[in-house]
Amino acid sequence: MNTDAILSFEEAMEKYDPVLGFEVHVELNTKTKMFSSAPNVFGDEPNTNVNEVDLGMPGVLPVVNKAAIESSIKIGLALNCKIAESCRFARKNYFYPDTPKNFQTSQYDEPIAYDGYLDIELSDGTVFRVEIERAHMEEDAGKLTHMGGATGRIQGADFSLVDYNRAGVPLVEIVTKPIEGAGSRAPELAKAYVAAVREIVKNLGVSDARMERGNVRCDANVSLRPHGRERFGIRSETKNVNSLRAVEHAVRYEIQRHAAVLDSGEPVVQETRHWHEDTRTTTSGRAKSDADDYRYFPEPDLVPVVPSREWVEELRATLPEPPAARRKRLQADWGYSDLEFRDVVNAGVMDEIEETIAAGASASVARKWWMGEIVGRAKNADVDPGQLGVRPATIVELARMVEEGKINNKMASEVLDGVLAGEGTPAEIVDKRGLAVVSDDGPLLEAIDAALAAQPDVADKIRGGKVQAIGAIVGGVMKATRGQADAGRVRELILEKLGVTV
Amino acid sequence: MTDNNELIRLSAARLAEKLAAGEVTSVEVTQAYLDRIAAVDGGERGVNAFLHVNAEEALAVAAEVDAIRAAGGAEADALHVLAGVPIAVKDLIVTVGQPTTAGSKILEGWHSPYDATVVERLRAAKMPILGKTNLDEFAMGSSTEHSAYGPTRNPWDLDRIPGGSGGGSAAAVAAFEAPLALGTDTGGSIRQPGAVTGTVGVKPTYGSVSRYGAIAMASSLDQIGPVSRTVLDSALLHQVIGGHDPRDSTSLPDPLADLVAAAKTGSVEGMRIGIIKELHGEGYQAGVENRFNDSLELLREAGAEIVEVSCPNFQYALGAYYLIMPSEASSNLAKFDGVRYGLRVLPEDGPMTIERVMGATRAAGFGDEVKRRIILGTYALSAGYYDAYYGSAQKVRTLVQRDFDAAFTVADVLISPTAPTTAFRLGEKLDDPLAMYLNDVATIPANLAGVPGLSLPGGLADEDGLPVGIQLLAPAREDARLYRVGAVLESLLEAKWGGPLLAQAPALGELVEAKEAK
Repeated sequence: MNTDAILSFEEAMEKYDPVLGFEVHVELNTKTKMFSSAPNVFGDEPNTNVNEVDLGMPGVLPVVNKAAIESSIKIGLALNCKIAESCRFARKNYFYPDTPKNFQTSQYDEPIAYDGYLDIELSDGTVFRVEIERAHMEEDAGKLTHMGGATGRIQGADFSLVDYNRAGVPLVEIVTKPIEGAGSRAPELAKAYVAAVREIVKNLGVSDARMERGNVRCDANVSLRPHGRERFGIRSETKNVNSLRAVEHAVRYEIQRHAAVLDSGEPVVQETRHWHEDTRTTTSGRAKSDADDYRYFPEPDLVPVVPSREWVEELRATLPEPPAARRKRLQADWGYSDLEFRDVVNAGVMDEIEETIAAGASASVARKWWMGEIVGRAKNADVDPGQLGVRPATIVELARMVEEGKINNKMASEVLDGVLAGEGTPAEIVDKRGLAVVSDDGPLLEAIDAALAAQPDVADKIRGGKVQAIGAIVGGVMKATRGQADAGRVRELILEKLGVTV
Repeated sequence: MTDNNELIRLSAARLAEKLAAGEVTSVEVTQAYLDRIAAVDGGERGVNAFLHVNAEEALAVAAEVDAIRAAGGAEADALHVLAGVPIAVKDLIVTVGQPTTAGSKILEGWHSPYDATVVERLRAAKMPILGKTNLDEFAMGSSTEHSAYGPTRNPWDLDRIPGGSGGGSAAAVAAFEAPLALGTDTGGSIRQPGAVTGTVGVKPTYGSVSRYGAIAMASSLDQIGPVSRTVLDSALLHQVIGGHDPRDSTSLPDPLADLVAAAKTGSVEGMRIGIIKELHGEGYQAGVENRFNDSLELLREAGAEIVEVSCPNFQYALGAYYLIMPSEASSNLAKFDGVRYGLRVLPEDGPMTIERVMGATRAAGFGDEVKRRIILGTYALSAGYYDAYYGSAQKVRTLVQRDFDAAFTVADVLISPTAPTTAFRLGEKLDDPLAMYLNDVATIPANLAGVPGLSLPGGLADEDGLPVGIQLLAPAREDARLYRVGAVLESLLEAKWGGPLLAQAPALGELVEAKEAK
């Protein structure tokens, strides 16, 4: 169905320089809505979290939610923005059934936060500064579900259902300045920027920040210009790209598509585009021009928001450590290499490792357990590692048992399975499963004799100085003892028996 | 037991006294008004002040008040002074249990799921609500002729307009169909009807009374206020409905002053009362000007100092108003689209898209004056015109505020005629919107500046024998001054006339019957 021509990304990069821009909408997790006392809750029965204000009944008036202002200021501060001393809401007038008043109450020319920046770290450690133009407050619209069509879009639908639960949910829209100079890193930067914003709002606790629920939604603007040209090209705006991966793919695709359009000598059409996850392409939405007339004017039903400087400073003082700074600090504290630390971050177990260390494990033990044992299990179970239910104390106890020689690593892994299966504490499981390391040399010597007898050629090799061949004998002993032997002790005994010193 | 004909002519304050003294019951009072409504409001030549009569609920509230009084004790002692005194409510204000139409077909049959804050306060005071009164559609008009439910008639002359948009509330009070009513005033919709019906109407300071539940025309100008036959009655009602409301962000946090005490001050000695040079003289009917001068003379005799002030920017006020009001109205009325409530009209042919349903609904549901203002406002807010129209109008608004600020440095209260003419004939200005708009020339500046204004009867014009209104204006938050000066002037005028002006009004019951018989 999609017939747009595209150029290869490499060719596009040879010829053109991409300029990006993002509008990220963050749904705040306040208890009530932006302008009404109705609950702000996701996933309830349609049209239950609404009152007369949300439905735009005759006579209603909005009242600004103070908690939403507080969250917006925190976001502004975390994005290194200035906070307005006074700012107003405006009405954005347009007729659409997801907007009960047929206007959206939004900040327009007086955003609460402006002129900020965010430093984005790319995968190779390069830091790229994204300038933030503004972060402003507005209300979300209701949710339309188009019924009867094949695509779920309004075209071809028989009718549409509207759920006003989302109408009036507080939003903060974060708008970047044009981002130049990313070059071929543009798709990666796009993903990293949205990830960073998501991480910040999650870290602030002001949003549930779940992209799959639309808590964080991204509109990605892309334009291309020939290398060396100052003036920006015509942009497209791909709406509602709602996963980090999709942000990367959508930017990449749009760069390729724009390049093909420009190559053909045609002008790029300024329009909104829809992202399709299945085909990883965009299709044309509605033509958009700067002349769209929303007849903005100051919202006369609301008084200006005037955050006192004292309040702003109070909020600044309560801000949590920025995620990037925290990462830097933790890596230094733990002594991980860049590669090790990046793997930890990518696996999403940084918080868990921090907790495990706090519970008494060493940094290397914590990493070994989370990266070596738990991440793999989580992958198999198709959940986040943190959701497996492994408590830091469990890991500390397992590590201590290994260190004291009570169990070996293989057993410890088995004990962890037992803990995850709900069989009890590590100590209980060791008892129940009879997993204690065999440290009495008697049974071991018998097993060693049997193993040496079974593989006389290997025994000869060891006697002849090829000590590395010992693994086969150790393996035989471990097998015979069902893994309960202390492998180190087995090795010592074999060498002793064969009269080899190393 | 008082004769019903006398009972309905009593002021709200007097009714309250008689109720408290047990001389009359609230059921008797309420029934007397319901009977009066039945006698004069309906029919081809009726006043048509009411769009809905709420007899059952009103009588139930009255009976509840009577029962509490009869039982005595703490609950009876705690009754509000106006408990049991009935009231009519402009149909722009939403009420549970009664329809609210805003005078428009687009809301025909709609019932609000919630009460306006002022209605909650009426209920808390246990005032029986007699019903909902007629108005120009969405309060857009100065004659009540733009109501989708037919015009209201002026009780002084049934062929004349009762003013607007709150002609229903003013006429109901003037025709003794209610002792009190609520109105809304965006550019004069309480005061101008008061002037042409010989009643009292007050537009409080912007933010003094909660707007929650008043269907918005122009949010920055709208204000709910009292309608009554005496200044004291308006003060009593203002005291019930006023005060901070957390549901209205523009509601003032200040506690309400004692307005009733202000109405009982009894003296204007030493007060400086300013004549606004720009709001009388040319363009004002001679009879209006004469009665205005009478009032000035009486105030002077009573010891007030009469000064003249100039408000040069008032000449631009009407123009600014007719940009700001329609701009806000065009946005406020966007919600009436047939999607969630009210009228829904499907297009007769062609595709059944949401845009076409919205279009068909609004085309059929709104009257011409509403459409005119929506179009005006949409235009004024459009990109490329915003600065020239809405932007300039806001600047004028600031200048008007400065004129008031300057005037109030030399005067405690300002005075002018409320309207340039007495009541015109039904239909006379219907085809001339500009002539209709000019009726609000003296009332609009107060809305633009947010200051309070009161209109009281100033006598009858020599040339037509119809009521003339006198307007008093005070600085924002100084509503009390209006009640003080208003009550003094009222008592001086009534002493001159030998009784209330409305006593000179033609006997309405006979008038209605006579006209119908013709």
